[in-house]
Amino acid sequence: MITTIIWTIAIISGLGLLLALTLYLVAQRFKVEEDPRIELVEKAMPGANCGGCGFAGCHAFADSAVKAPNLDNHFCPVGGNETMKKVAEILGYEIKEKAPMVAVVRCNGTCTNRPKVNDYDGSISCKVKASLYAGDTGCAFGCLGCGDCVAACQFGALSMDPETGLPVVDESKCTACGACTKACPKAIIELRKKGPRGMREYVSCVNKDKGPAAKKACAAACIGCGICVKTCTHGAIVLENNVAYIDPEKCKLCRECEAMCPTGAIHGVNFPKPLDKDAVKARIQERQKKAREAAAAAAEAAKAATAPQPVEGNNEVKKEENNG
Amino acid sequence: MLVSPNPHLHSKTTTAVLMRDVVIALLPAVIVSVVFYGWKELLVLAVSVLSCVLVEYLITRYCLKKASTIGDWSAIVTGILLALNLPTTTPWWVVFIGALVAIGVAKMTFGGLGQNVFNPALVGRVFLLISFPTYMTHWEIPQGLFGVDAISGATPLGVIKEGLMQGASVPELMAQHGYSYSQMLFANIGGSAGEACAIAILVGFIYLVARKVIKPWITLSILGTVAAVSCIFWLANPAQFTDPLFNLLTGGLLLGSCFMATDYVTSPMTTKGGIIFGIGIGFITLMIRYFGSYPEGMSFAILIMNSTVPLLNNWFHQKKYGRA
Amino acid sequence: MARRTFSIGGVHPNDAKISRDCKIETLPTPPVVYIAVAQHIGAPAKPVVAVGDKVKAGQVIAEPGGFMSAYIHSSVSGTVKSIGPRKDLSGNNQTVVEIAVEGDEWMEGIDRTDTLITEIPQDPKEIIEKIKLGGVVGLGGATFPTHVKLSPPPGKKCEMLIINGCECEPYLTSDFRTLLEKGEQVVIGTAIIKKALGVDKATIAIEDNKPEAIEHITKVVEGLKAKSADYAGIEVLSLMKKYPEGGEKQLIDAVMHRQVKSGGLPIDVGAVVDNVCTALAVYEAVQKNKPLVDNSVTVTGECFPHQANLLVRVGTPLNYIIDYLGGVPENAAKVISGGPMMGKAIANLEAATLKGTGGLLFLTREQTKRMPDSSCIRCGKCADACPMGLEPFLLNRLAKAGNTEALEENAVQDCIMCGCCLYSCPAGIPLLDVISQARGQIMGIMKARAAAAKAAAEAAKAKTE
Repeated sequence: MITTIIWTIAIISGLGLLLALTLYLVAQRFKVEEDPRIELVEKAMPGANCGGCGFAGCHAFADSAVKAPNLDNHFCPVGGNETMKKVAEILGYEIKEKAPMVAVVRCNGTCTNRPKVNDYDGSISCKVKASLYAGDTGCAFGCLGCGDCVAACQFGALSMDPETGLPVVDESKCTACGACTKACPKAIIELRKKGPRGMREYVSCVNKDKGPAAKKACAAACIGCGICVKTCTHGAIVLENNVAYIDPEKCKLCRECEAMCPTGAIHGVNFPKPLDKDAVKARIQERQKKAREAAAAAAEAAKAATAPQPVEGNNEVKKEENNG
Repeated sequence: MLVSPNPHLHSKTTTAVLMRDVVIALLPAVIVSVVFYGWKELLVLAVSVLSCVLVEYLITRYCLKKASTIGDWSAIVTGILLALNLPTTTPWWVVFIGALVAIGVAKMTFGGLGQNVFNPALVGRVFLLISFPTYMTHWEIPQGLFGVDAISGATPLGVIKEGLMQGASVPELMAQHGYSYSQMLFANIGGSAGEACAIAILVGFIYLVARKVIKPWITLSILGTVAAVSCIFWLANPAQFTDPLFNLLTGGLLLGSCFMATDYVTSPMTTKGGIIFGIGIGFITLMIRYFGSYPEGMSFAILIMNSTVPLLNNWFHQKKYGRA
Repeated sequence: MARRTFSIGGVHPNDAKISRDCKIETLPTPPVVYIAVAQHIGAPAKPVVAVGDKVKAGQVIAEPGGFMSAYIHSSVSGTVKSIGPRKDLSGNNQTVVEIAVEGDEWMEGIDRTDTLITEIPQDPKEIIEKIKLGGVVGLGGATFPTHVKLSPPPGKKCEMLIINGCECEPYLTSDFRTLLEKGEQVVIGTAIIKKALGVDKATIAIEDNKPEAIEHITKVVEGLKAKSADYAGIEVLSLMKKYPEGGEKQLIDAVMHRQVKSGGLPIDVGAVVDNVCTALAVYEAVQKNKPLVDNSVTVTGECFPHQANLLVRVGTPLNYIIDYLGGVPENAAKVISGGPMMGKAIANLEAATLKGTGGLLFLTREQTKRMPDSSCIRCGKCADACPMGLEPFLLNRLAKAGNTEALEENAVQDCIMCGCCLYSCPAGIPLLDVISQARGQIMGIMKARAAAAKAAAEAAKAKTE
């Protein structure tokens, strides 16, 4: 009896030792030499493996970062500056801080703003729907509402609002990895600078149709009228293909464009106070009046000096009539 | 207006239609079994079908919290098949346990219709066979509708297996018990309800093939294999091994090859794979019958081959257009 | 004898040719036409007219924008009102030339009489040039520029011309009516294409649900054979009714028992396939100098009371055709451009017809509404139905998992989008929706890889030099 137990223990232990030794030897034999810093960098990463940096995952990012001469082409949108600082410390590089970004849905084609004109009966997938046709509303550019972006988000930051039929970004969860921007076949979602205390101003429309067509399709469309461009005193707004775009680098968050937009296509979010449109309009009118007077005076002076010249600021007069 | 990708027409054959066709094909066997075994068989059938449907309904509604899937008729098919595989004397609570295992364990835990690896009715049957061997091997000789003097006995396969173990030879046993092929064809033989009448099962099989619900290849390859292999053994030693016709007509071979092995979910997708699948089932069945400890091997053979289906699907593909 | 057909897969939808007895009728010219510059596969044509220009019917308004492109002619006489974006039938903007119709004046040299010209030109180059100038494109659905198809790449030899008269799509009857009413023209067109290709044999393949057409064309071919040696080698072949028989690859399999390799062209197995309407267009372009400015359109559907086969000018607004026939029926839930299997659902009825528009089909909600999808029961019906021998259930699963390598291995790029898989799926799984996306993705990957390989080869060549 006792001998059986002893033998059993001995054999099992011996076998265990033998296998352990084999494993150790094999591990030694096939060990892959790797820069130890790669592991350190990877540990500093968030580990989401989302691919938002443009690499296959956190390990691939670390591997590439270690081999790169500087970190200009490496940025982890999920970990942000915190993580990049740590990575830079490990590798001994300098980094420039990047402003935190957030995903912004540039479509306000809610069910009321943008009535349906047909019933879609295919797979619930924006990709399929987009390759089939322009969509079930009159707008060929706006949100298709099938939620490909929601499915693409690994962080649960996107959800479809059942009332509007549009995706909503949860800013606290959004890591700006960019997965949704790639998933959206209409390229509606944009990564924008989060802005001071989250305040930002953007055009919530990408409709490239001419004004009347855009307006017909959606009440909240940008009709490319250009009022915002003329209102902006910072040159932050460009109008291209019948749609306005606010450059977040130049925008000073004065909200004047938002007040002037005839269709309400320009949105300001996270501002502490609601926008008092009338006050802002009055302010703009006052300023424009002064400018006009100054221009008229200058013109008069010029007229006196030389031959008559066409009066500048003609457009502004027209615009004011529109707003009146 | 509806808009969807092509095609814009759809075949009228839905899952429910296919499953209903299987139920219709099973009707001859059901009617014959009720006529020959009487109200007891009706009770087994009713309990089995009702409990299969009930279990599926409860699981989808309260465990998975999804829309109920009982409308697709598949639970009814499982219920009938399970009942036809049980002795008529099975108590109702044993039938219920069988249904619970068939639907609850073999089907729903894998994710419901289409996801299960093993044929649910067979899993239920084998579970009962192993758990309640006394009930499951207590067979009744058919006495006709409302017959009172039920005689219980073993199935022909069981009788022969026992006899061979005691040293008798096959022809002796056949003569002793007066088994004739016409008896087997026209339902006059001990066994589970579905085994009783070969003609009724073949009628159902022909209906399924004619309606293009199933392709005949799996069934034919099972029957062919059983006939060929048993022929070899029988010719080699007629005293020890039963003849091909006896093997084809007894036990669950016909019911299994026509209705269980051809189950969409648990059989290979391609004809080539199906033929290999059938050869496997036929061969394993015979090996169990000739050399195993159970008199019948059809259930085990199908379940064993069920597990090879993913592999067969991986190995055998459709012949593709323009590719060697 | 067994009825001849293609060897893999296929389905048998009810052919519902309810407009088969409606003679081809000429639709009155609409007050305004919108002629798109992209009506064919390949580069869009470049407009050569300006706003305010007066144009005549048959006048070139846009020139080919590349090698793979085609001329576009004005289908009416009138004034060019605008050139710019307009919403097409799927609601996306396409560049169109808007022409307000004034009178019906045709370009000089266009023979609009019914006189049959059976004598055909003998010079292939002259024929192909005329076809090119006539703006003829394939009218079987793909709108492939015909002059490109008739100029096989060097080293490839055509052995048989197949004229596709299968019209395997349910409901459509314009090919059938064309065969019956313009059989002579189709056969002469066939002889012209045959001459252009320099091939001895031509087969006019017709499905056996159109026995009248088979009989009529057989007679016509015999009559013409007696007249001239140019018609020798033209045969009529009856094929079993099965969808998608009219698919190029399936038709070659059925007629020649040859299969085109994956990624290959019909000419690789010595075949060129053209539709009967294309043959008619070739006849008109070559014999009559009449460019492709009108085509026959079937307007049909059980719920549509005024079945018709209409000869329609290219660029006619769809709602003009529909209003002419009494408007959209109340119970119609879907309007389709083309047949029910491969046609495109129309989202915008203000869109205009194209050269390739072959039908307008009205379906009711019960006929066309998709059922909610349930889980796959692995019945394999999709695999049995696929005429390319693919396994749609597998491709669907792989596409959902994003497994691009396995998708390519399982030949998703071979899919011809015929819709047999989705048609036959008892669980209503939107197989083709998913597979066509995957197909596009894999084709993109393959193209990128081929381009990279080519660039690498060129770089290597440059290095050695």
